[in-house]
Amino acid sequence: MSTTPHAKHPMYGLMAEFHTAEELIEAVHKVHEAGFHNVDALTPYPIEEVAHALELPRSKMPLIVLGGGITGGLAGYMLQYWSQVLEYPMNIGGRPFHSWPAFIVPTFEMTILFAALSAVLGMFALNGLPEPYHPVFNVPRFALASRDLYFLVIEARDPKFDPEETRRFLLDLHASEVSEVAH
Amino acid sequence: MATLDDASYSPAAKPYKPPVVAPGHTPATVTDKISSVVLQRTPKWWYVAFGVSFFLLMIFMMAVTKLFLTGVGIWGINQPAGWGFDIINFVWWIGIGHAGTLISAILLLLRQEWRTSINRFAEAMTLFAVACAGMYPVLHTGRPWLAYWLLPYPNTMGLWPQFRSPLIWDVFAVSTYATVSLMFWYVGLVPDLATLRDRSKHKLAKIAYGIPAMGWRGSVKHWHNYEVAYLLLAGLSTPLVLSVHTVVSFDFAIGIIPGWHATIFPPYFVAGAVYAGFAMVLTLALPLRAAFGLHDFITQRHLQNMAKVMLATGLIVVYGYAMEIFFAWYSGNHYEAFMAMNRVLGPYKYHWMTLILCNAIVPQLLWIRKIRNSPFWLFFVSMFINVGMWLERYIIIPVSLHRDFLPSSWGMYRGTIWDWATFIGTIGLFLSLLFLFVRLLPMISIFEMRTLVPDAKGGTNLGGETTEMPR
Repeated sequence: MSTTPHAKHPMYGLMAEFHTAEELIEAVHKVHEAGFHNVDALTPYPIEEVAHALELPRSKMPLIVLGGGITGGLAGYMLQYWSQVLEYPMNIGGRPFHSWPAFIVPTFEMTILFAALSAVLGMFALNGLPEPYHPVFNVPRFALASRDLYFLVIEARDPKFDPEETRRFLLDLHASEVSEVAH
Repeated sequence: MATLDDASYSPAAKPYKPPVVAPGHTPATVTDKISSVVLQRTPKWWYVAFGVSFFLLMIFMMAVTKLFLTGVGIWGINQPAGWGFDIINFVWWIGIGHAGTLISAILLLLRQEWRTSINRFAEAMTLFAVACAGMYPVLHTGRPWLAYWLLPYPNTMGLWPQFRSPLIWDVFAVSTYATVSLMFWYVGLVPDLATLRDRSKHKLAKIAYGIPAMGWRGSVKHWHNYEVAYLLLAGLSTPLVLSVHTVVSFDFAIGIIPGWHATIFPPYFVAGAVYAGFAMVLTLALPLRAAFGLHDFITQRHLQNMAKVMLATGLIVVYGYAMEIFFAWYSGNHYEAFMAMNRVLGPYKYHWMTLILCNAIVPQLLWIRKIRNSPFWLFFVSMFINVGMWLERYIIIPVSLHRDFLPSSWGMYRGTIWDWATFIGTIGLFLSLLFLFVRLLPMISIFEMRTLVPDAKGGTNLGGETTEMPR
């Protein structure tokens, strides 16, 4: 690809600021209905209705964690079977080499460990974190998104985006302020 | 969820419950109040408190240095009691850790929204308690620099750990518990680290909070995955926390020593762990709440609920004591019966009586509503439980070992000055980490608290209902 977003658009997008969650939810609904796709809402705490309004697909997290758990459980059991039965069988108090009840505890712990690791790493990977730079941080007011303000961003690469019209559209949604987000 | 509207609400129908957050808070005030604890100038008392803790930590360093130079012979362990303070303290600390995970995971799944203001703090307590606990088995190995031999890794000796041994199960259980608790805590911290990054004025602080915040910006797409991940972690931690003390109890129950070989051990240990953990949460939270003026967030409601959990788990523990004695008699086994009598009437009878006073008698005060509402009395009862739960492990471990099957091998156990120095030293380690934590990180989860205030929109998977505010 030859054209970078930088070359195509002079800015990253427009950011609208809202004072209450209700205003934001209403705005997100309208923006979604108006057919914008490259939209993001930035909130101080999780608000499920915003995710519903944007019709986000179901999170892939459960599948990732299930995969991690199964991998961990199998790896834990196989490690024990291989080391205690095949690689170095030892007679301990006449117990069978494949004394599976004794292997359950490490198997269980490995299941939990791998599932939890995949939950954490999977969450960061799906979210693209760590992300040291993001254009939204160029807006000074954005620091309040981690306090009590709610923001809505429409990216410039959205096909329906037009600097002037989109700004007016956002102001009509009772945004208290609309600012340009530089790259 | 049915909400209580003004018309239908009558105090007679439903007893008054103090609110989870004091009235009048908004997301902004919650953020400012909790982050100001971290961002303001260090209060003078903090230096004193940290100084004392750090001094105790130095005692630990000294005791460990002596241990490395001389060997485990400086401790009181010998035949017949090969396990002493080291294992008592290991079990005591790991038990304390359980309340943190219970609060952060199990109460989250049960939608107990009052947990929100104490979960961060309790999780930190878990981590530090597990760090202290982990010291003991490693030091007890005698050659701690070879402790990595406990892990299964391909080595030139061609050896593998003995997976049929409960001690290896312990390695897996405790290390998994420590790792998962750390990740759970960190994931919960990320949005709050972003808050601190945005709120701190100093450039260095911005960088220090910014790096672990990973560029968190509160995007709805991120929250979407975040909430699912957080709930799954809670779901994974729930069986994990129950398994940890179960596995610790296997260290004893799998053995054939009279007083250890009992099927009641796993549930009895888990209940004891939660009991000890809540006592420690109260012991720490009450002074910190007063010092930082956090009465709006850690309210009467929290104190009452924690008192009730302590009372319930305490009764389970007392039931455990009663059943141990009953089993000893009902089994018809001479050694078991002797062991039970020896605990109650033998040379350690004063330990046992103090145990009963601390764990069975004093906590009955919690039946009284006034006591459940009084920070002073709760602190008083919690201190008794802290001591009582330590004595319980003393009774279980060396007192069971000191007189086993053969009278010719009987002996007495007592901790040496180095045992005490190591124990006091790990208290120093625990408190040092705790004071650093309350100074550098938000001790209450800010973003979850925002969901609890009345004008927050939402209610989410995390926060539970927001309509619980009494009018």
